[in-house]
Amino acid sequence: MTTYIIRRLLMLIPVLIGMTLITFSIVHLIPGNPAQVILGEAATADAIAQLEERMGLNEPYFVQYGQYILNLLQGDLGTSLRSNTEISKEIVPYIAATFELTFFAMLFAVIVGVNAGIISAWKQNSWFDFLAMLFALIGVSMPVFWLALMEQWIFAQELGWLPAHGRQDSRDPIAPITHLYVLDSLIHLDFARTITVLKHLVLPSIALGTIPMAIIARMTRSSMLEVMQSDYIRTVRAKGSGQFLVIYKHALKNAMIPVLTVIGLQTGVLLGGAILTETIFSWPGIGRYVYEAINYRDYPVIQSGILVIAFIFVMINLLVDILYKKLDPRIKY
Amino acid sequence: MDVLLLVIYIMASNEINILLKLKGVKDMRFRLTLLAALFLAFLLVLAACSGDGSADPEDVEDDTTETEESPTEEEAEEEETAASGEKVLVFARGGDSESLDPGSTTDGESSRVTQQVLEGLITFDKESFDLKPALAHDWEVSDDGLKYTFYLEEGVTFHDGTPFNAEAVKINFERWADPEHEYAFTDDGYVYSMYGTMFGGYKGDPGHVIEEINVVNDYEIEFILNQPLGFFLQNMGMSYFAITSPAALEEYGPNINENPVGTGPFKFVSWTKDDSIVLEKFEDYRIEGLPKLDRVIFEVIPDNAARLVALRSGEIDIMDGLNPDDAAGVETEEDLVLLTRAENNIGYLGFNTQKEPLDIKEVRQAINYAIDKQAIADALYAGYATTAKNPLPPGYLGYNDDVEPYEYDPDKARELLAEAGFPDGMELELWTMPVARPYMPDPETVAQIVQNNLAEVGIDVTIVREEWAPYLEKTSQGEHQLYMLGWSGTNGDPDYFLSSLLHGSNAGTSNREFYQNDEVDELLDAAKRAVDQDERAELYAQAQEIIAEDSPMVTLVHSTPVMATSSRVVDYVPHPSTSESLAEVDLVD
Repeated sequence: MTTYIIRRLLMLIPVLIGMTLITFSIVHLIPGNPAQVILGEAATADAIAQLEERMGLNEPYFVQYGQYILNLLQGDLGTSLRSNTEISKEIVPYIAATFELTFFAMLFAVIVGVNAGIISAWKQNSWFDFLAMLFALIGVSMPVFWLALMEQWIFAQELGWLPAHGRQDSRDPIAPITHLYVLDSLIHLDFARTITVLKHLVLPSIALGTIPMAIIARMTRSSMLEVMQSDYIRTVRAKGSGQFLVIYKHALKNAMIPVLTVIGLQTGVLLGGAILTETIFSWPGIGRYVYEAINYRDYPVIQSGILVIAFIFVMINLLVDILYKKLDPRIKY
Repeated sequence: MDVLLLVIYIMASNEINILLKLKGVKDMRFRLTLLAALFLAFLLVLAACSGDGSADPEDVEDDTTETEESPTEEEAEEEETAASGEKVLVFARGGDSESLDPGSTTDGESSRVTQQVLEGLITFDKESFDLKPALAHDWEVSDDGLKYTFYLEEGVTFHDGTPFNAEAVKINFERWADPEHEYAFTDDGYVYSMYGTMFGGYKGDPGHVIEEINVVNDYEIEFILNQPLGFFLQNMGMSYFAITSPAALEEYGPNINENPVGTGPFKFVSWTKDDSIVLEKFEDYRIEGLPKLDRVIFEVIPDNAARLVALRSGEIDIMDGLNPDDAAGVETEEDLVLLTRAENNIGYLGFNTQKEPLDIKEVRQAINYAIDKQAIADALYAGYATTAKNPLPPGYLGYNDDVEPYEYDPDKARELLAEAGFPDGMELELWTMPVARPYMPDPETVAQIVQNNLAEVGIDVTIVREEWAPYLEKTSQGEHQLYMLGWSGTNGDPDYFLSSLLHGSNAGTSNREFYQNDEVDELLDAAKRAVDQDERAELYAQAQEIIAEDSPMVTLVHSTPVMATSSRVVDYVPHPSTSESLAEVDLVD
């Protein structure tokens, strides 16, 4: 197991180098002078020269890249042009916000998706199966921003049940410790705020979790149906086990391997790409961080934000691979 | 994390089966995982159900009063003041501030906040760029316009307790002027570009107008200029030149951009990036009875539609950046108030006056007559824009209302074209901006309207598209024929519009018309040097008349930003500069 993990870690190195090459190139791939793009229509020649100097844009490419890698190795993600703050420090609350949202979105997606898939496979071709798969199809095809706006319109504006934006009641903010507000409010033993924070999580989590939920439900169903055809299940049945045990004890574990891939990938996607949901629900997460940086043409943040997202994605994949091995010891690389 | 959860889930599923069969329950680890899974499921149910609990607002109120009674008395008191007594205003906008150090930013979202925390020597009137005393209660200008004396308010303290005096003013100005200054933080990337633009550069630059700053006594300070600057006082009113506590500069160093300390009506409390900035009332504010609010929260809600939902549901009190299309709806709602900001920008279509055939005045005038400005205003801004006849927005010093606008008149345009020797029309290139700006929310549509308008008078327009950086670079090098751009005001002075856009010395930078008219240049120079504001107004008015006749650009529209507040908000007046003090704003029930 350990050698397996070490080998997987070594395989990461070329991937990481590739990632840095791509993020480094971002600045140089936009047409024209990056400093001019950043400063806009009222830029003076002096200001452009100054910014070039500050960003090191007047050095040759390989010197710039070398400097970039050297800084990264020291944990220096650069300085934001927009806020003039170290990115490595500034990015933490954003990551926490995205992490919290992803956690609850995937919680929703996995619990609903896996169970819907199992029951659909169990009661194949029943009315439940048809309905669940119809909803899954709608879920996969529905644009996230549309779902988000509908949720806001119905539950925030018309019914007034749930807040439409932000992570907490801004009139009564939490003193952050970990920046995971559910955890923070629990640490403060402030359960009223925990409820408030959870309420703020409901709409964005459902909006964000709907697509993964639908994918997971479909994947679980098909994988489950396949496993149910296999010989060992017939043997278990022959032993006289009830249907419930056959499904949840014997079939599920094997059926989960492809589902796990989907869950891992979807988690990675949500951690990095929830820009639409985060924007509509004013969720100050990593997607918003990069999105705002794009609006402000804050290239260091765009570079480092994408690098961090890619890094998280790679790590999630590593975790999934390790879990495979755990679930199915026959897997080798 | 979620993968972990799944494993827990699978294990728990197994556990249920095992429990059903009543064996294997001795394994403690399994029991714990089951417990964890159940707890997480419970959290989700809690999250899902919590919505129903607050369906009835009365229920919530009952709940809170009940809980307030049960804890110890002290706690109950605290909660009461937090819940009912405080006046908390939530101001929602589309983007976060860049920095809370006003001198080192040019960002409007930053000055919107710093305006509450810090003050300058002078400020602008509520709805215009007229000057009003702030930290200086009075000022004098010498006849030659080279010496400005400010008399400062006495007994004012910064939020950190440091007394405000002339020395503090001097330190702030030297910090902006001198890159070597101990508080300039040049190595940390601090650039005071607004200072450079407004005062002609930095210490040692030939154009830098501030020769020296003399502290006469604690409450009197002199600025000695090496050349007159007509808009010196106007600059002093800008939110960018607000005074920071010298003790705070010492304490926070380069982190001053996240820890503003001024003399303003509100103290800085906290900042969660891209989320919210919290300010609270400064009890020792220099004006008795102000501010009226206890706390102000600037919240970021990027999506215009979501911001409006939040306003309707009462989560926020003021929203900036209303879609013009939503304005009509807001106007009919009883709980909301629609507000407009005075226009402070110009969107225009510029000619390269050095290139054939646009070097002929009649051709430029013909095109000016051929374009239906009202159609553009209606199509793009839902009517929240006025057609422009001058490059200067109305309400500015010296705005010339006597200038005859180029009314939409295709016949006249054809006549002029024939006169200039183009009876069969011509072909032109129109460069189209690739990005949207407040003065030009939809450049592509404008380009199409212009294309259609000009086709009617026989001009065949090809639309040229470039990326933003090359667009700006190439237009400043004069590669274009027709192009579109705009300009937004900062210090409320006409010089910033007229000289930047049309002074001959700026040809090839911000004067992309390459417009050179010696008479106009002389008028603008004289107006820049003059100290008497009436004299300046007269000079600018004359310049606008010549510019209108020469027609170096088609002035399209001045857009009027719209915003909305809840009807609980009183005395909120939007300022054309986009940042207004909230000191006098109040909330009523």
